[in-house]
Amino acid sequence: MEVLKIATAGSVDDGKSTLIGRILYDTKSLTTDKLEAIEKTSKQRGYDYLDFSLATDGLVAEREQGITIDVAHIYFSTKKKSYIIADTPGHVEYTRNMVTGASTSQASIILIDARKGVIEQTNRHFFINNLLRIKDVVVAINKMDLVDYSEDVYNKIKADFSELMSKRDYQDQKITFIPVSALKGDNVVNKTEAMPWYKGEALLEHLETLDKADIFNVGTPRFPVQYVIRPKTEDFHDYRGYAGKVYGGDLSVGDDIIVLPSKTRSKIKDIYFYDEKYETASRRSSVTITLENDINVSRGDMIVKENDLPTIDKQFTANVCWMDTDQLTPGGKYIVQHGVNKVLAKVDRINHKINPDYSGFEKDVTGLSINDIASVTFKLNKPIFYDQFKNHRTNGSFILIDPQSNSTVGAGFIQ
Amino acid sequence: MKKDTSHINSLENEAIYIMREVAAQFEKPVLLFSGGKDSITLVRLAVKAFYPAKIPFPLMHIDTGHNFPETIEFRDRLCKELGLELIVRNVQDSIDEGKVKEESGRYASRNMLQTTTLLDALEEFKFDAAIGGARRDEEKARAKERIFSVRDDFGQWDEKNQRPELFDMLNGEIDHGQNVRVFPISNWTELDVWSYIEKENIEIPSIYFAHKRNVFLRDGMIWSAEDDVVYRDENEEVVEKMVRFRTVGDMSCTAAVLSDAVSISKVVEEIRDSTISERGARIDDKRSEAAMEKRKQQGYF
Repeated sequence: MEVLKIATAGSVDDGKSTLIGRILYDTKSLTTDKLEAIEKTSKQRGYDYLDFSLATDGLVAEREQGITIDVAHIYFSTKKKSYIIADTPGHVEYTRNMVTGASTSQASIILIDARKGVIEQTNRHFFINNLLRIKDVVVAINKMDLVDYSEDVYNKIKADFSELMSKRDYQDQKITFIPVSALKGDNVVNKTEAMPWYKGEALLEHLETLDKADIFNVGTPRFPVQYVIRPKTEDFHDYRGYAGKVYGGDLSVGDDIIVLPSKTRSKIKDIYFYDEKYETASRRSSVTITLENDINVSRGDMIVKENDLPTIDKQFTANVCWMDTDQLTPGGKYIVQHGVNKVLAKVDRINHKINPDYSGFEKDVTGLSINDIASVTFKLNKPIFYDQFKNHRTNGSFILIDPQSNSTVGAGFIQ
Repeated sequence: MKKDTSHINSLENEAIYIMREVAAQFEKPVLLFSGGKDSITLVRLAVKAFYPAKIPFPLMHIDTGHNFPETIEFRDRLCKELGLELIVRNVQDSIDEGKVKEESGRYASRNMLQTTTLLDALEEFKFDAAIGGARRDEEKARAKERIFSVRDDFGQWDEKNQRPELFDMLNGEIDHGQNVRVFPISNWTELDVWSYIEKENIEIPSIYFAHKRNVFLRDGMIWSAEDDVVYRDENEEVVEKMVRFRTVGDMSCTAAVLSDAVSISKVVEEIRDSTISERGARIDDKRSEAAMEKRKQQGYF
C-alpha cells in the first residue's frame, strides 16, 4: 500500500486537533517525550485533561492564538498503512490552505460538531473536497458525548449533509458518516459501546480498509519529461534518457508513443529505474525512458500513447482558487505551471465567481480576491497538452505564478 | 514491472522527482552533506535520480569542527567512491574571522554558529538551491516547511508567507540573491529512513551502531566523554556504556542512547519500538518550546 494522505479541515472548536491527537495517542504514535510535553503544558494551563491539540499546532502564533494557520503534516503508521495527515484550518480566510492540503490528499475527513450541525464551514470544506474530486470522504460527527450519543442528532446531520451533496458536481464521491467523540475516543481508533445503534466502522478502521481503487482514478498515461539524462561517458556514449514521473496509467516497453508538442512518433525502447530495466512503469513511478528513434525531446515535452492524445490548445477555461492578496483581473499576465511545463498566460475573462455560500454563481465579476473560487478563461503564448481535471487530476491541474513576485498566486482545475 | 506499491517505494519516487526538479529548475544547486544518515540517504536518492549520469551538483559540508571523527572519515570515503565533488567550509574560520562568537559554559554548542558559515558559503559559490535532509516529522515547526522553501537575501525563513505547494508542482522561481532550500525527504519519518537504509543496503558511519563508549550522564541524557568537545564538570563521573547515536550532529549537542543494536535490522527494530522521539536527544531543541522555529527564522537549516 502506498502512503495514504488525508486532508482534514475545521477549526479547533470542532475538535479537529483533538481528533488527530486522539488518533496519534490510540495508535501509540506519540513518543514519551512528546506526551510529557503535552502533559506539562496541559497542566500549566490548568486543564484537567490532556490537550492533544498541542501535538499538532506547530507555530508560535498558532499556540498563542490556539488556531491552525497553515498546512501542518502529521505522520503515523499502523501495521497496514503509513498515513500523512495534511491538517488545515477551516476558516474562509484559509480556503487557499484547504485547497493546498486537499490537492495532495487521496482521502479527507470533514469534521462536524454534533451540537452545531452542518454550518458554513462544513459547506466550504465539502465544496473544496468535491471540486478537487477527492474520492473518499469521511464525515466525522464529533462531540457525540455532548449530545447524549443521540442517534436522532446523527440522523439529522446526515440528512442535512445529504442536502449539500445533491448540489455538487462530482456525484460519485464516496461519503461515509461516522459518529465520534475525539475527547473520549469513541469510534476514532476503536469502536465504542456508547452508540450501539451505529453499525459501521470506526474512523481508523474505515481508512485501513481503503484500497488503491477506492482512492485513485485510473486514466490514461501521461509522461511529462522532467529532465534529459545524457551521461556522455564511454559506457553510455549515445544514451539519451528521459526522466520523469508516470501519471494516470502504465507505460510499457514497445508502446507506440507520440512526443508533444513536436508530434514525433516513436516506440518505448527501455524503461529504467536506476540501473535496472523494467517491462512496465506503473503510475507515479519516477523512471527514465529511452526511445527507439533519436529524436529531440526536452523538459516540458510530454510523451503519450499514440491512440490517447490530450487536448493541445493555446486557450483553456478552469476553476481557479485565487491565493494572493493582489487581485486577479482580466488582462493580468501570469506564468502557468502545468506539471513541469511553464508558459506565459493572460487572463482573457472571468466567467463567473462561486458565491461565498456556494449556492450559485455571481456574474459580471471585475476581479478575484484572495480565497475566491471562479471560472476563468486563459490565453497562452504557446499550447499546453492537458486533460480535463475530472478525467485526469494531474494533467488537468496547474498553478499560477506571478512573474513579478515569483509567488504561487493561484491553483487551477481545467474544465 | 516497476511498481509503486510499498510506501517506501512511493516516498523514493517522490524524492527522485524532487531531485530532478532541482537539477532542472536551478542553475547552481548544492547538496548539503553532514555525514548523517539523512544526507547519506539524499546522496543515494540523487545517484538513482540521475543514473547513468553523475550527480549534476556538488556536495557541501559545513564542518563545525566538532564532528565525530568517524563521520568525517566516512564522508571522505563516500565522495571518493562515488567520484563526487566535495566542498568543505569550517565554522572555525567564521570564528577566527570574528563573524561569530563561540558560546561558553556547560551547554556551549557550535550548532547555532553553523548558520553564518552556511550563508557565507552559499553566497561565495552563488548557489541558488541547497538540498537538505530535513524531515517534517522531526519537529513541529518543520512540519510546516515546504519542499521548496524560499529564503531571502539574509537566508531567512518567513513562515507566515510561504508559497502554497499544490499537487506535485514545485515553483522554483526566485529573484537574484534569493535561494531555495529543498527537502526531498520531507515526508519521510525516521523509521522510513532506517527502513530505506536497510532495504538499499546503504553504508553508514559506525557511530549509528551500538558500541562501547566512555560517557557521562547529565540532565538524564548520555554524553560522550571521549573528546574534549563536550564540557564536563569534574564531578560528572565517566562510565563505560553500550551506546549508539540516533543523530550525528555537532558532538556538543548530540547525546547518545543506550542500545544493543549492532546491525541495521536491530536498529530498525529499536526505532520501531522506541518511545523517545529522535530530537529528544538533541539538547538544542530543549532550550525552549519554539527553539527550532526561532533558529529557522534566522536562516538555520
